[in-house]
Amino acid sequence: MNSAILTVEKLSKQFFLHEQQAAIPSCAEVDLQVFPKELTAIVGPTGCGKSSVLKCIYRTYLPGAGRILYQNEAGHTTDLAQASDHRVLELRLRDIGFVTQFLHCLPRKPALDVVSEPLLLRGENRETARDAAADLLRLLNVPERLWQVPPATFSGGEKQRINLARGLISQPRLLLLDEPTASLDPDTSERVIDLLTTIKAKGVGMLAVFHHPELVRRLADRVVELIPQKTLCHE
Amino acid sequence: MRKVLQVSNLGKIHGNGCPRCVASTGPDVGSNICPHCQSVVANAAISFDLHAGEILGIMGESGSGKSTIVKMLFFDEDPSLGEAIFYDNGHQWNLFSLNAAQQRRLRNHRFGIVYQNPHLGLNFNFSAGGNIAERLLMSDLTHYGQIRERARDLLTRTEVGSERMDESPKKFSGGMQQRVQIAKALSTSPPVLFLDEVTTGLDLSVQARILDLILEIQQELGTAMIAVTHDLGVIRLLADRTIVMKNGRIIEAGLTDQILEDPQHAYTQQLVASAL
Repeated sequence: MNSAILTVEKLSKQFFLHEQQAAIPSCAEVDLQVFPKELTAIVGPTGCGKSSVLKCIYRTYLPGAGRILYQNEAGHTTDLAQASDHRVLELRLRDIGFVTQFLHCLPRKPALDVVSEPLLLRGENRETARDAAADLLRLLNVPERLWQVPPATFSGGEKQRINLARGLISQPRLLLLDEPTASLDPDTSERVIDLLTTIKAKGVGMLAVFHHPELVRRLADRVVELIPQKTLCHE
Repeated sequence: MRKVLQVSNLGKIHGNGCPRCVASTGPDVGSNICPHCQSVVANAAISFDLHAGEILGIMGESGSGKSTIVKMLFFDEDPSLGEAIFYDNGHQWNLFSLNAAQQRRLRNHRFGIVYQNPHLGLNFNFSAGGNIAERLLMSDLTHYGQIRERARDLLTRTEVGSERMDESPKKFSGGMQQRVQIAKALSTSPPVLFLDEVTTGLDLSVQARILDLILEIQQELGTAMIAVTHDLGVIRLLADRTIVMKNGRIIEAGLTDQILEDPQHAYTQQLVASAL
C-alpha cells in the first residue's frame, strides 16, 4: 500500500495582533493527507484558512497547534510544526515546493535566472539549470523574448507561469499549490493542467487550493473542505 | 548542513557592571541601562548558530546591540559574557579564549568584514589595490606579482575596475568604497563574512547592485554571512533566517519569510507594519 507523504493532524492557526489586542482565527483542527501520485484539493469559502494551511506546512506561518508529518524518501518522518529552521530550509531545497499566486523574486534578475535559481542553490551548474528552465518555460508557453527580461513588468499570467516553472524545476516530492491557474487564459490553463497531470503521474504528491470546481473535478483525487471560523474574537 | 559558528550567551556590558545588570535590562523593561550601576548592557543572552553557506540576518533599531555582535565576533570588541565556537576544517576554535596572535590569524585568514563606514575597513592612505595587498600580505601571500594579480581579479569581480586599482579609495563614491571593502574582505576567501549595515546611506540603485553582488558571491563561493541591518528590504533579499533584536536581546528568531509574514513579537509586528 502507498503511504502518505504528508499527514496533517488537527492543525490550527490563529494570529494575535498586539497592536489591536485581537486574535484572528485562521484554520482550526484541519486533518488531511497527501499521497504520492495524488492531488489533495482544499476547498471552502474565502477566509476559511485554505492558504494558511499551505503556509503552515511550508512554515511561512508558525503552526499554532497540531502535527504536520512529512515522510521523506527514506521513510523518515519529520513534524514540520516542530522542525528546526535549518531542517525546514533543507526540505524546501530538496523536497517541498510551493507555488503561490504571487511572485516574490529579485527585482533585477532575468526570468530565466529566476526560474533556474532553485537548481543553482542545490549546486547544479549554470548551464544545466538554464537548460532545464528553458524547457519548462517553453512547455508553459512563455514567449522566448521574455526570458532575458526581469519578470517585474510581466502580466499576471506571465508572472504566474514564471512562478510555476520556479516551483516545478526542482522536482519536489511534495508540491503545495495556491491557485496555480488563477490568472491564466484558458489555453495556458490547459497547459498547466496537462503539466500538473504529468508531474503527478511521475510520483509527486500535491496539495492544492483551487477556486474552480472544474479544476477540482479534473485534478483532485481527494477533497478536503474547510469550514470558516468565527472571523474575529477580541480577547 | 555543516555548522560553522555557534554563539552562546554572548553579551557586552559597557561600564563596571553588577550582578543585576542583565536581569534589570532588556525589552521587558524597555532599556539597556542598568538602574543599579548605570552600566550600559549593549547586548546579552545572544545565542544562535550559523551554517556553511547561509545568510543570517540580524535586524533591529539603532542601539539594539546588533552591530556589537559582529564586532565581538571579529574581535573588534571584547565580550563581557558568553562564548563563540568557530568550526573550521575539523578544528574547533573557542574564539574568546584564543590569544591575540591566534585571533589575528582568524581575522586575517578566515573571517572578513564589511563595515558601514568605509574608513573602518579601508586605509585611505593606500590605493584600492594596496588595501587588498595589505590583507593578502598578512595572510602569507608575499609574491608581489601574485598579490597584484589577485587584487586585479577581485576589483574586477566587484566591478570597481582594475584600471582604478592604483587610486586611493578616498576619491571613490560611497558605493565604490563598499565594493573595495568587499573585495578586500573576500581576498582570502574566508568561510565567514560579517556585513555591518553595508548598504545604509547609499542611494537605492547603488544599494541594489551591492546586494546583487553579495548574493552572487554567496552562490559562487558558498560564503556564510551574518548581515546586520535595520532595513527590512535587505533582510528580505539576503537572509534565509533572521534574528530580531530589541534593547540588546533577541526577541524573535525564525525563517525570514515567517518573520516577515507571521511575526510573533509586538515589536516585530510593529516593525513589519511600518515598512514602506
